[in-house]
Amino acid sequence: MSSNEFYTLKVNGTDLQVSDAWIGESLLYVLRERLGLPGSKGACEQGECGSCTVYVDGAAVCSCLVMAASAVESEIATVEGLNADGSLTDVQEAFVTEGAVQCGFCTPGLVMAVHHLLDENATPSELEVKEALSGNICRCTGYGRIFAAVEKVVAVRKGVHS
Amino acid sequence: MSVLIPHSITDASEMLAQNPTATILNGGTDLMVEVNFNHRRPESVVLLRNIPELREWSSDSSKGTITIGAGLPYAHIEKGEIATLVPALAQAARTVGSPQIRAAGTIGGNLGTCSPAGDTLPVLSALEALVHLQSVDGSRTVPIAEFMVGPKRNSRQANEVITAVTLPITGQRQGYSKVGVRNAMVISVASACFAVVKGEPRFAMGSVGPTILRANEAESYLASHAADINNVTDEVAKEFGRIAASESRPIDDHRSTAAYRQHAIGVLATRLAQRGI
Repeated sequence: MSSNEFYTLKVNGTDLQVSDAWIGESLLYVLRERLGLPGSKGACEQGECGSCTVYVDGAAVCSCLVMAASAVESEIATVEGLNADGSLTDVQEAFVTEGAVQCGFCTPGLVMAVHHLLDENATPSELEVKEALSGNICRCTGYGRIFAAVEKVVAVRKGVHS
Repeated sequence: MSVLIPHSITDASEMLAQNPTATILNGGTDLMVEVNFNHRRPESVVLLRNIPELREWSSDSSKGTITIGAGLPYAHIEKGEIATLVPALAQAARTVGSPQIRAAGTIGGNLGTCSPAGDTLPVLSALEALVHLQSVDGSRTVPIAEFMVGPKRNSRQANEVITAVTLPITGQRQGYSKVGVRNAMVISVASACFAVVKGEPRFAMGSVGPTILRANEAESYLASHAADINNVTDEVAKEFGRIAASESRPIDDHRSTAAYRQHAIGVLATRLAQRGI
């Protein structure tokens, strides 16, 4: 792609036009400020906090570290696309019922990370959960309720109701 | 500014030949931090992420080597078959940032940035990796010791793509350790790789010098004083650590002090001499 300032990103299965953008903008910035998708949050802008986690071609990555114009050939999925009808996913439900949300800023990134974890590993050990979520920083909850929410999803998906 | 997206190494080489000032982008975990904070505004960018050849790896059982594409993300190195063939590299890959960073970052990026704190670099140094480069002028292979020339400096020419690294499959003990202020999301204060290659001990140190350092004296000491390289006594391991620390050349910076780094690298040396898989 040459130096034009118009390009198309495929986000949640839909082609979206990006116009009048500086071509070095991060995917996080473009999603939030140009495409009206503010679900991904921006805090550190250096890949440390995980609140901007999205999927690029199926990999869970920090959207702040993806140059948006470099993702024109990729499939991008954001938290807005988890359930197209706007209802909550089982992970989001569990975050609510287990009280894993306090200020909520880290929640979209954590929800994306938890879905990614459970898609790859349906029954993670405690250590595997902690390692999988080690790139998502929450300053409110102390993580206990987040881990409880993950445990709940695993149990419900296994058909164990509590 | 423009973003060029080649789909083959050949195309990438041609783009770099035509744009000698272009910045190479792969996982983005180094470059985008600088761009986000306005420390860098590249003129043009050549993206290597969409080149399938760079994400391949293969092992050659007759030569006893593994060749890993420079664009294969750490997430594919920290586990699976590569982890069984080069355990120390997998251990190093697993300490990089967070799962999100490891899904994006690559060995090619570690080599391209060439920070003394690059997590996989001590492993490449201890195992004496070969770095493969390609340009429109042809391809060449550089020993890792000649590739890393200083802090954030390497011998890659502006028109070259780092395509892959080749490492020996030693089948012998090797391990990687790192010291930082916490377990996840940390840039190393000191890091080290210990490996036994053809019966000889090798030890490489990260974050304690301008680039990755090999502890040659400590290696010689261990080779001549360990009756069994796989069962190193406490006394010999301790002296090995002392000598390795004396060979380090750390500095004070915002991450740690020289004195602590020197102490830490000695501790890592002693521990690694006695363990590893």
